[in-house]
Amino acid sequence: MTQSIRIGSGLGFYGDNWEPVVASTERGQVQYIASDHLAELTLAILQKDRQRDPSLGYARDVVPMLLRLWPLMQPRGVRFVCNAGGLNPMSAARAVQTALATQGWHPRIAVVSGDDVLTPLQTPDSRFDHLMNGAQVTSVRERLVFGNAYLGAQPIVDALGQGADIVITGRVADAALFLGPLVHGLGWKLADAATPDDFNRLAQGLTVGHLLECSGQGSGGNFGSQGHWQQIPDLAHIGYPIAEVLADGTAFITKAPGTGGLINFDTVRQQLLYEVHNPHAYFSPDVVLDMGQIELRDEGEHRVRVTGALGRAPTDQLKVVAGFRDGFKAEVSWGFSWPDAWDKVQAAEAMIRSQLKERHMRFDELFVEYPGLNSAHGPLAPMPSAAQLNQRAEIWVRMVLRTPSKAAADGFGRLFPWMALSGPAYTCGFQGLNSTSELLGIWPTLIPRHRVSAQMEILEPCA
Amino acid sequence: MNHTPFVKIALAQLAHARSGDKADWVDFGLFAWNEAGYRIIEREVTATKVQAHFAPWIAGQVDAWPLPNMLALKFVLHGALQGGGARNLRLDNLGKAMGAALLRMEIELSPEEFEQVQKSPRRGWWPEASLRT
Repeated sequence: MTQSIRIGSGLGFYGDNWEPVVASTERGQVQYIASDHLAELTLAILQKDRQRDPSLGYARDVVPMLLRLWPLMQPRGVRFVCNAGGLNPMSAARAVQTALATQGWHPRIAVVSGDDVLTPLQTPDSRFDHLMNGAQVTSVRERLVFGNAYLGAQPIVDALGQGADIVITGRVADAALFLGPLVHGLGWKLADAATPDDFNRLAQGLTVGHLLECSGQGSGGNFGSQGHWQQIPDLAHIGYPIAEVLADGTAFITKAPGTGGLINFDTVRQQLLYEVHNPHAYFSPDVVLDMGQIELRDEGEHRVRVTGALGRAPTDQLKVVAGFRDGFKAEVSWGFSWPDAWDKVQAAEAMIRSQLKERHMRFDELFVEYPGLNSAHGPLAPMPSAAQLNQRAEIWVRMVLRTPSKAAADGFGRLFPWMALSGPAYTCGFQGLNSTSELLGIWPTLIPRHRVSAQMEILEPCA
Repeated sequence: MNHTPFVKIALAQLAHARSGDKADWVDFGLFAWNEAGYRIIEREVTATKVQAHFAPWIAGQVDAWPLPNMLALKFVLHGALQGGGARNLRLDNLGKAMGAALLRMEIELSPEEFEQVQKSPRRGWWPEASLRT
């Protein structure tokens, strides 16, 4: 059995930078790269793509990314796992295969699918209560546009077992992209996991996946602090995190030599708790993780030892994230200069409110915030007095209409232009004449495991 | 004797934080730089106080878990994103800047405690070891 494995972080979202992955591949001594292209909302974007063109619906950056990386990975035997398949993993795999073939490269590509559960969600006799607030799905069922279950690591393990160089999945648990290679490479038990040791190893693997799934956020990027962050070296050339994992599950987080960023107790723990709710019950399809005994210990420069993750058997349900149409928004932003900037902003807002009323435009809410003053921290931001604000060089306002009516959204921006010549003076930077976009509600729920069947297939070589 | 028994400081002076989102909930990891700081945040930054801090903005429930193994507290704020990121009208629709809003929270500690926190080194390895930059 292999003694240890090195796995590197790929992208952390659709649109992320892959140059750090070049450094990990060339200098990080990794055997695997796992790349997470899907945030919670990414499927909403991909759904709009697929609506326009049924051959789309995947994270298209995987194609140029692999054109850059595959010639570096192939000679080093590095294998690549990603969820860039999104809503259409087969199309993603074909696009990758075709693009690489034009360069004379023919990797063995596996496709993992079966996460699409929109049909059961739309079935009237099914219960899919909202995971967080308990609401019934009947209120949104007619408006659902996608619904995907988070698959586990097993189909990825199967793909690697059949010799896949590149594995492209749809929605899987983010950390499963990393757990799959660890289970495959270190010979861990997964489907047949039974003992506390089996589950603790998987819990260590899940922890590694969680630490690596957000690219630079695990190596000093987006480090939230007052002061200190300035000591993190060279973020412009950040190295994404790499994990060295031993067969017993002990893990070391590090990064490629000569890269920027920082791996230490502080940067690693900021990522460890990211988007975790109850840290004693972090659910995944493969293992339930308890972080309560995890020990993070710095072992020299850019090297943190991770031990103590506790695992227990997963539940018989899988998490689903579905999206439903939830009305429209239209937004306008506009700048007002000294003198009396604050009073002029208030006057403009009052005129818009009266126009909405006079024209009987349907809307649920007019949301107003002032970029530069309170858009990051709302009412918790310290707000100067009106007199002080009137002395400011400029005040910006952003008004956003929420409405069930597309016509009302389309008309919102057109309420403003007359004010350029007939409203308060000294304005600049008006934006939002045509700014309608559709809003999507997110519906997290659970589905019994037996109603989801993950599939894995190896793509036929192209002719 | 006439001395101030407590000083008020912003959490940013003894902890760091990151926020994340899942549907309509924003979660925070709050991290003390050292053991002395952890003793303070564990005592001062309760779910009730975090809820009161956000109350002028967001009325939702707050859950909290202590993680002494990583000198951290975990908080989850319900109902924080107007229903969720893809329907939230705010510029910060995912609550990415809300971790900093938590660091604005004021806490009370004795001057001796504050001094202890300030002179204790950070636990993590940093390229140039000093508490404040």
